[in-house]
Amino acid sequence: MDFYSFLIQLLNGLQYGLLLFLVASGLTLVFGIMGIINLAHGSFYMIGAYMAWALAEQTGNFGLAVLLGIVLTVILGILLEAVFYRHLYKRDHLYQVLMTYGLILVFEELRSIIWGDDVHGVAVPALFSASIPLTDNLSYPVYRLAISAVCVLLALGMYLLIQRTRLGMMIRAGASNNEMVQALGINIKLIYTLVFALGVALAATAGMIAAPISSVFPNMGGQVLIICFVVVVIGGIGSVWGALLAALMIGLVDTFGKVLVPDYAGLSVYVLMAVVLLWRPEGLFKRG
Amino acid sequence: MNKTSPTLLAVMVIVVAALAAFPFVGEKFYVQLVSKVMIMAIFAMSLDLLVGFAGLVSLGHAAFFGLAGYVAALMSPQYEAGNFWTTLPAAMAACAAFALITGFLVLRTSGIYFIMVTLAFAQMLFFIFHDTALGGGSDGIYIYVKPEMMLGDIKLLDLENFNVFYWLVLGCLVAVYLLLRQLLRSNFGHALIGIKTNDHRMRALGFPTFRYKLAAYVMSGALAGLAGYLAALQFGFVNPEILSWHTSGNVLMMVILGGMGTLHGAVVGAFSFILLQEVLSNQAFFGSVAKHWQLTMGLFIIAVALFLPKGLAGLFSRRGEK
Repeated sequence: MDFYSFLIQLLNGLQYGLLLFLVASGLTLVFGIMGIINLAHGSFYMIGAYMAWALAEQTGNFGLAVLLGIVLTVILGILLEAVFYRHLYKRDHLYQVLMTYGLILVFEELRSIIWGDDVHGVAVPALFSASIPLTDNLSYPVYRLAISAVCVLLALGMYLLIQRTRLGMMIRAGASNNEMVQALGINIKLIYTLVFALGVALAATAGMIAAPISSVFPNMGGQVLIICFVVVVIGGIGSVWGALLAALMIGLVDTFGKVLVPDYAGLSVYVLMAVVLLWRPEGLFKRG
Repeated sequence: MNKTSPTLLAVMVIVVAALAAFPFVGEKFYVQLVSKVMIMAIFAMSLDLLVGFAGLVSLGHAAFFGLAGYVAALMSPQYEAGNFWTTLPAAMAACAAFALITGFLVLRTSGIYFIMVTLAFAQMLFFIFHDTALGGGSDGIYIYVKPEMMLGDIKLLDLENFNVFYWLVLGCLVAVYLLLRQLLRSNFGHALIGIKTNDHRMRALGFPTFRYKLAAYVMSGALAGLAGYLAALQFGFVNPEILSWHTSGNVLMMVILGGMGTLHGAVVGAFSFILLQEVLSNQAFFGSVAKHWQLTMGLFIIAVALFLPKGLAGLFSRRGEK
């Protein structure tokens, strides 16, 4: 592999990893703070992608579609938390699995009713449609760089939100001792709703910005969910920074695996997970 | 597990007798439907051993179900009958081996990790059979001729006859039920229930809990393999869909629907779940909504999770009674 091909794969791997991080961070936050395992998290990624496609068709402007999509998915997150998830916080994981599995079936079927079962392509926004030439026949699309940049910005924003704001302080406090937080007069229910909506919006945003390169298709949520589980298991549940490191590892292993051992690339991430389980069964960054 | 009450015993004898007599009165479609239900009941009981007794919530049980089916398909010659006496043990052994290897890894975790890791390993198998040429890719493999059950030169059972196949499945169901019931009444079963309640205390009492859980995991995997083998024979094909997490989710639903931690509950759960699936997807009952039966099923599953944690059994037990 020459230098430029290596560079392209490296950038692709990082971009994929960063995108996975956006989805996985919501999953791990929701678990860390509310103690919920959410199988339907991948559906939010799928819903985001379909929204980006449908809204871009309607408005003719991808940027506007993404902004509208974010607003809509935040509202969706708030509603879902209030109607369904709220009742499961104190319940056994078994029932969380069951209810969120039921939600997946509902989301997939609603997707089929509203948007159909076809695969759709989404045009890359004109602003980022260029490619950077590397050699005579190799170039790198600007849009992929833009995705990575958006992911890094969102990750930074999350860091500032959690570590530097008053709300973030309440979130961290709620994760370690929610009864004490309530006793201090903080509305923990509101915090839970906000964290859940944040998780939904992050997953949906990932789906929206990924739509132009991955296209939108049925069951896209399931694939992402399982890879994100692997990310969370490797990183350690509840650890956002563990999720970041694990997502980048998975992104690189998967991307280079596809180049080096194309037939067995799908296996590489699971092998990585098995190794981590042998070495540190609680993940790389155990919270606590 | 307490001694079976006389009423329950009587009900079971009647149910088994009714099931055994069913092919004499039922049409082919219904005989095959009940046969499918009984296969899923075996599958659900194998998962109940983990979820209901050992307290291990696995979301990857489809792995064993599918693996056994693929072993059966890969070992059968394309247009001739395979050998029942080699393919069934091979399928179950493959599942036991897969359970031993993955069990060693997944049982290092617990709770929510366990759920995610079992799902991930099942997905790994899905990948192997979906993306490589090993199992015919996404099209899967057909089993045109069912394996033969020979004893010397005599054909013991003609599995091509759907009634005979039905009775074989019924026999397996009864055998698995009795086996698991004996197992759970033994010291091993009591230890498993102890581990579910308090793993630390059991370890402090000197029980090697990891080995107990691994043994239960391997046995559960092998029995799920039996169900997968029978399913592959009945449907005549295997494809990666049987390894998908929908299979794992559905069987978990069966276990909870019937009331987990009681073996007959898993059987009741399988019956009700498949019956419900058939009714919801039947146009005669639900007209155009039937096309979107997954939506109704999803809402039903959500309702059970929220309002019926003890499953259908919870509907009948009186309040305050445990």
